[in-house]
Amino acid sequence: MAFNIYDFTTLTHNIHVGLAESFSPFVATTIEWVIVGVVYLLFIAVFGLFLVYAERKVCAAFQQRLGPMRVGPWGLLQTIADFIKLLMKELIMPRKADYFLYNLAPYLVIIASFLAISVLPFAPGLQSMDFDIGVFYLTAVSSVGVIGILLAGWSSNNKYSLIGAMRSGAQILSYELSVSLSLMTMVVFAGTMQFSAIVEGQRDAWFIFSGHVPAIIAFVVFLVAGTAETNRGPFDLAEAESELVAGFHTEYSGIKFAMFFLAEYINLFIISAVAATVFLGGWMPLHFGNLESFNHVMDFIPPFIWFFGKVLFVIFIIMWFKWTFPRLRVDQILTLEWKYLLPINLVNILLMALVVLTKFHF
Amino acid sequence: MSEIKEVIINNDRLATDEYLVNMGPQHPSTHGVLRLLVKLEGEKVLNVQPHSGYIHSGIEKMCEAISYPQIIHLTDRMDYLSAHMNNEAVALCVEKALQVEVPDRVKYIRTIMDELSRLASHQLWWCVFGMDLGALTTFFYGLRDRELILDIFEETCGARMTVSYNTPGGLMADIHPNFQKRVKDYLKYFKTKLPEYDKLLSGNVILKERTEGIGYLTKEDAIEYGVTGPSGRASGFSCDVRKHVPYSAYPFVKFNEILDHRCDTYARYEVRIKEMYESISIIEQLIDNIPAGDYAVKMKGVLKLPEGEFYQRVESARGEFGVFIVSDGKKNPYRLKFRSPGFSNLFALNKMATGHKIADLVAIMSTLDLIIPDIDR
Amino acid sequence: MKSFIEYIVSIFKGLWTLLTGMKVTAKYFFTPWKHLTHQYPENRDTLVMFERFRGEVIMPHSEKNEHLCTGCGICEINCPNGSIEIISKSILTPEGKKKRIIDQHIYHLGMCTFCNLCVKACPTGAIVMGQKFEHAVWDRAKLTKVLNQPGSVIAAGVKE
Repeated sequence: MAFNIYDFTTLTHNIHVGLAESFSPFVATTIEWVIVGVVYLLFIAVFGLFLVYAERKVCAAFQQRLGPMRVGPWGLLQTIADFIKLLMKELIMPRKADYFLYNLAPYLVIIASFLAISVLPFAPGLQSMDFDIGVFYLTAVSSVGVIGILLAGWSSNNKYSLIGAMRSGAQILSYELSVSLSLMTMVVFAGTMQFSAIVEGQRDAWFIFSGHVPAIIAFVVFLVAGTAETNRGPFDLAEAESELVAGFHTEYSGIKFAMFFLAEYINLFIISAVAATVFLGGWMPLHFGNLESFNHVMDFIPPFIWFFGKVLFVIFIIMWFKWTFPRLRVDQILTLEWKYLLPINLVNILLMALVVLTKFHF
Repeated sequence: MSEIKEVIINNDRLATDEYLVNMGPQHPSTHGVLRLLVKLEGEKVLNVQPHSGYIHSGIEKMCEAISYPQIIHLTDRMDYLSAHMNNEAVALCVEKALQVEVPDRVKYIRTIMDELSRLASHQLWWCVFGMDLGALTTFFYGLRDRELILDIFEETCGARMTVSYNTPGGLMADIHPNFQKRVKDYLKYFKTKLPEYDKLLSGNVILKERTEGIGYLTKEDAIEYGVTGPSGRASGFSCDVRKHVPYSAYPFVKFNEILDHRCDTYARYEVRIKEMYESISIIEQLIDNIPAGDYAVKMKGVLKLPEGEFYQRVESARGEFGVFIVSDGKKNPYRLKFRSPGFSNLFALNKMATGHKIADLVAIMSTLDLIIPDIDR
Repeated sequence: MKSFIEYIVSIFKGLWTLLTGMKVTAKYFFTPWKHLTHQYPENRDTLVMFERFRGEVIMPHSEKNEHLCTGCGICEINCPNGSIEIISKSILTPEGKKKRIIDQHIYHLGMCTFCNLCVKACPTGAIVMGQKFEHAVWDRAKLTKVLNQPGSVIAAGVKE
């Protein structure tokens, strides 16, 4: 089997052909589904754990600390140990909680993350679903998670949880608008909603460079709105630690809490990955117009390293927000969206349309 | 059910949209075991009832059984962030009763220690305030700078927080030979860090939005509730004991009483930041001029106060701290009362927080700088 | 129009204050070698406490197993929490006189608040504050200590 770290198309194609030759089409498709599912599950678990570790190290560095240092070299096994601890913890349920909804909520949250992650192109060929309405699909499924949060808050039979869930509902519904509109700005620029086509469109220059002013504005707005979408600081009102104890997941323990926790980090990854794909060129290497030798060196770095490098860069910026700013209040969060981000976004779309029409881009 | 009962006792029934939330005794933002019974309508705070007494330790009663020098170590454990000031209040009160004049050296050292504790206390307040608002990084920056002050305390007093450095008639021990150098080094260091506090939090647009116009406490209300210290001064209530009834070395130094007439949470924030600058300037005026002399007056082995009532107040980091001693001529006080600033400040919370959001309640509570053992004693 | 300009200006001013805040945290992020963490059990050997640090009350003994305690009980009177108990005994001196000396100087570490009053009150300087701070034990009984070592005697020349 040919294996090429620059292009996974042949690999995936060969697996498909191999399976199709040995099994009936139905069985082959089922096996493919299982393989894809397991791969994503593994990826989410491993990358989620890595992100938790990275968050702890990054915040430690911001705070002049070392962070976890005890379990494993440089504390590398710390999150794994934590995960094992969470797995073994007793699952406590409040006596008057709504049994069905209480248990359903964590799954809804994590399923939403799974759905969203499936359209992201990690490298050429490493994309499980290549919709032609990829961007639309992503904005649609990424808001499913809020149902889980609302259910968790409602069914826990705890006032703190309920306040947290209601805050989260108001927040995500508002910021969904900004996320979609800033993505729409780039769709106007790219002329397609298909993620693979968007990445392909950035072969010569990333959109944030070629789209100049409107693209940069859209990027900033997307970062702000995306941070709010993932319920992270300074927009972590839903679990505002100093106000609501732990917000919507106050009553969850053990593995159910771990699911909320993991979903939060996976959402962080999704938002960063979308930002990297739409604005920073996805897995495309950095190219400068006519610097042939430079472009060649850049091409030498495998696409998936480009992709993850960009994702980690965006994740770092979002973490930087969290560990610097105070939290906003619930009415200010809505003011920010409806009075600032939304008008800016609408004007920006117009600006982008003008740029596209006048072909004033690189 | 108990909550509902409690409301009925207060002749206050809940309307349909209203509900009660118990903030505390275990809650991240109450900094201890304070319980607030909050009546809410959605996110809006309608009424706050503080319930104190969860760590009441009976310090005032304990004081009746022990001698005056022994009382001092209990005052460390009340407002543990202004331990020096609490110690000093008792020491000054006993000295006043016995009509003992302490040497200038003692006065200078006491004042420097007071201001260092005020700095340390305000630093801790700053970092906790940031944390309550969700800026978790401030917590470590504040503690980083505070640790160095605690090192200075440890070197001279022998303990980091429960210092017990003052005794009636002077000090427990003379300052450590390194003391002056360490303090000067520290001030030099901290002057580079204090502007960072401003950059990180004071100017921040989110902080300003969160605090400006929130938690309004008029001067009249501040006086009525007895809100003193930085919280009272932010309401324009000139209540600095250091200025009005100077004690120790405060008559010898020049400093400004920081007053603010904006009366809101941001004013309380800024008063404390400015007080840190004032503290630095007070220490700078004193540190090089500590006069030579004894570090304590020779006192009798057993201190017996004359019969009568004695009151002494000092400016602790969060307001006016007073000691009232009723003596019947024995070696123990007949009755001893502490006027702790936190207690009076806490009960103005309802006035300030009503009508604001839960998040504001947390911010307002944080700017009052409550220390729960100080409230419950 | 004026309010519109104010609106635009407020956006940029707000952004600027946020960026100044981020500059401060970034400064510390990119100087990770200036971290302040003490890795405590590992740095135990290099950890030196200040000489005045009040960790526990100890009674120094000389090489000849002599201490300075006369068993006068002043420390016991001065202790605010009753952490010190003095048990004395009578002995016959070689001259044939009766004399009270210390039998056991019992110190309850679990009750001590490290206020330094006993050390300050001691007329002979027999007890001092030690710098040990790792006091955690599995059994509470271990917190009650006898400060004078078994078989120790009072040093010659200590004034009664």
